[in-house]
Amino acid sequence: MPPVENKPTCPEIFRAFFRIGVTSFGGGLVAYLRDEIVTKKAWMTPDDFLAALEIGQTLPGLNSVNVAIIAGRRLAGARGAIAAATGLVIPGAVILVILGLLYVRFRNNRDVAAALAGIAAAAVGLLLQVTLKIGAKQFLNPLDLFFVLLTFVLVGLFHVSLPVALFLIAPFAIILRRPRKEAAK
Amino acid sequence: MRELVSLLNVFCLLSLLAVGGGSAVLPQMEHETVTVHQWVSADDFATIYSLGQMAPGPNMTMVGLIGFKAANHAGMSDAWAFAAMLVVLFAFYLPSSFLTYAASHIWDSFKENPWRDSIQKGMAPITIGLMLAGVYAVGKTASFNPEHSFHFNTLTVSIGLAVTAWLFLNRINPALLILLGGVVGWFFLRGI
Repeated sequence: MPPVENKPTCPEIFRAFFRIGVTSFGGGLVAYLRDEIVTKKAWMTPDDFLAALEIGQTLPGLNSVNVAIIAGRRLAGARGAIAAATGLVIPGAVILVILGLLYVRFRNNRDVAAALAGIAAAAVGLLLQVTLKIGAKQFLNPLDLFFVLLTFVLVGLFHVSLPVALFLIAPFAIILRRPRKEAAK
Repeated sequence: MRELVSLLNVFCLLSLLAVGGGSAVLPQMEHETVTVHQWVSADDFATIYSLGQMAPGPNMTMVGLIGFKAANHAGMSDAWAFAAMLVVLFAFYLPSSFLTYAASHIWDSFKENPWRDSIQKGMAPITIGLMLAGVYAVGKTASFNPEHSFHFNTLTVSIGLAVTAWLFLNRINPALLILLGGVVGWFFLRGI
């Protein structure tokens, strides 16, 4: 393990991630994580953080939770990973329980139902924006766009099971992007 | 009890299939929980998803609420519903976390492998296609719902597109925009 400037204890790790878990309204968690771990606490170098993010993005699971697991492990082993991930998830889970109970209680209220319909409509807009923003490069590349649309049609419209779709599409998508000698130049 | 095991099965699998982030499994999650197992209605799913966007922390923590509603639906007591919520949260976060934990041990030897880049580049459009399918899965209930009037759908689609456009034009906290969507919905959608 490369040396880190500060070696925090598990409670310190938990507190730091808990703070992110409480304050990170509106998504963009990776930016919050970077700000806390790299900028404020100097627990990781920017390069280390980037490497952690690369793993987190390549592997399945939420990028933010994966980064928390990797950062926690580097700082304090398995306990650190648990402290980081639970700290990140627990506050939102508690708030969602409260929102969920309120929803179950008031869902038939006309005002609440109308507000929830507006909230859901806005959430679709947010997801669309995130998709378009992250996928800008893919939408403009004909080969990538083909895979975007193929995946959308199979999974979204025809409900092909996700594991089936992944095993059908991913090998082709990856082979077509296989490492090439000239790319190394 | 059988319901808890089904929840465990479904969400563990979703955890391992969440390539490129949680939004990628939204279409499959919607299909499994609404159509296949009927744990939640399509309306519930859209609402729970949007509540998840308002709460802080990872946006997919909302899966816990699906577990909660599934237990409610199966006629379990509230205590069991909380248990179901924990089961789903663990099922959804643990498998991918274990994988990441194990992989981060061996990552250094894999980092220089040129195939890593190929995998990331090859999977990127699939992730985007899945996210687009997620927009459709939630949108067919929340934005362009055939059960709602044309007027209602025009408004919900407009709210969504306004949010999309606003976020491209200005850096603003999306949670505020979603709350604003709630206010607009309360004001305009009440009567229809």
